[in-house]
Amino acid sequence: MQDLGINLFFQGRNFVRILEGLWVTVSISLIAVIISIFLGIILGMVMNLKNPVTKAVTRIYLEFIRIMPQLVLLFLVYFGVTRTFHINLSGEVSAIIVFTMWGTAEMGDLVRGALSSIPKHQYESGKAIGLTGFQIYLYIIIPQTVRRLIPLAINLVTRMIKTTSLIVLIGVVEVVKVGQQIIEASRLTTPTASLWIYGFIFFLYFIVCYPISRLSAKLEKRWVSMGG
Amino acid sequence: MESTEKILEIKHLKKEFDNTPVLNDISLDIHKGEVVVVLGPSGCGKSTLLRCINGLEGIQEGEILLNGDLISNQKKSMHLVRQHIGMVFQSYDLFPHMTVLDNILLGPKKAQKRKKEEAAAEAEELLKRIGLYEKKKAYPRQLSGGQKQRVAIVRALCMHPKVMLFDEVTAALDPEMVREVLDVMLELAREGSTMVIVTHEMQFARAIADRIIFLDEGNIVEESGPEEFFTNPKTERAKQFLNIFDFDSVHHGSNK
Repeated sequence: MQDLGINLFFQGRNFVRILEGLWVTVSISLIAVIISIFLGIILGMVMNLKNPVTKAVTRIYLEFIRIMPQLVLLFLVYFGVTRTFHINLSGEVSAIIVFTMWGTAEMGDLVRGALSSIPKHQYESGKAIGLTGFQIYLYIIIPQTVRRLIPLAINLVTRMIKTTSLIVLIGVVEVVKVGQQIIEASRLTTPTASLWIYGFIFFLYFIVCYPISRLSAKLEKRWVSMGG
Repeated sequence: MESTEKILEIKHLKKEFDNTPVLNDISLDIHKGEVVVVLGPSGCGKSTLLRCINGLEGIQEGEILLNGDLISNQKKSMHLVRQHIGMVFQSYDLFPHMTVLDNILLGPKKAQKRKKEEAAAEAEELLKRIGLYEKKKAYPRQLSGGQKQRVAIVRALCMHPKVMLFDEVTAALDPEMVREVLDVMLELAREGSTMVIVTHEMQFARAIADRIIFLDEGNIVEESGPEEFFTNPKTERAKQFLNIFDFDSVHHGSNK
């Protein structure tokens, strides 16, 4: 008798386990994203300083993080730091550290770009109507920066969520790992398991990322029509 | 319209960028209700002069007084000084994330702490006068270049400045939009506004100016009334400069 792959979801706790795995993925991404946005804004402001030292240091940090594949960074933190400094980091904590480092670098560059894309004459026009430096930032520069930043930041968030699938390789049991386990366990009884399970996981990623992408597109459209 | 009350006094102003002198020993008084047009070849320092007056650039020597108060190199209180000096720039410099009305009201509300209703009533009145009242809720990107510049002028006017500075405000405009902006400025001149104008529109300069200042290489080379300057310039340099705006006609069929 042929066992239908779809039955896998109703065997034992399979369905709940996949959702639990999804929650691990989402929560690691979410924590990393929140810290990254916060630190990235600070980094972006620092990157925008005219100081050559901060410029060089932040540039090197950004390039380093960008050049290294995320997987290598994960191994470096999870295995390297643990061995070298005898600090025991769980896979989850290592993942959050790596994704925060990455997210901060990328977010910082986005903030830097958004800030420096505000033309000089916007500052000068603000000065010309007698605003103080603080008022110029509050009413003119920050609102325009945020409008430019949000669509880009949201794209970064979806990229980060997708890339968390790499943390399988440092032993974190997230949604892909749960899927693998279920497939392994039922390989003999259900040959089509991988199609069903991975198909479902694909669908879950879509459910998480699609609304975020839509939101970004919507904001972008609205602000473009407003002239942001 | 001219009176003897000095609005702006510039005394022996010197300005350098990285040890390259841009303005040398400029002295100039601007009286209430006077329209002064600053002419000169590009790079002569005319825009820099306006930027120094408005404190966007510091100066190395000399002083600038507004109504008798020293305003040059006042880092801390410069924002207060600028509330009395209106400036309109060459680039369309409206704030893109705000409507026309909010653009105009930002200064009166936040810098001058005026009541919104009172400032809004004035802003709407000014918009009616330049024929853009129905655009008050539009965003800058929905306006033409000429409309943006007219709004920028109103934005500066709404602060009740003692003097208005215009830095090549029509230089980035399409030719057919230049006129509408210049008309607004002529209207202001008729009403007795005190204005300092940097422009390349010679016909306009001749029509609007009470006095022409001709700058070259950071020096005031010539200072005279508009008719005199355009018909009978005193200096060789001014003659040369004015010649660039005359063209010998090229007749059809003739060889070069």
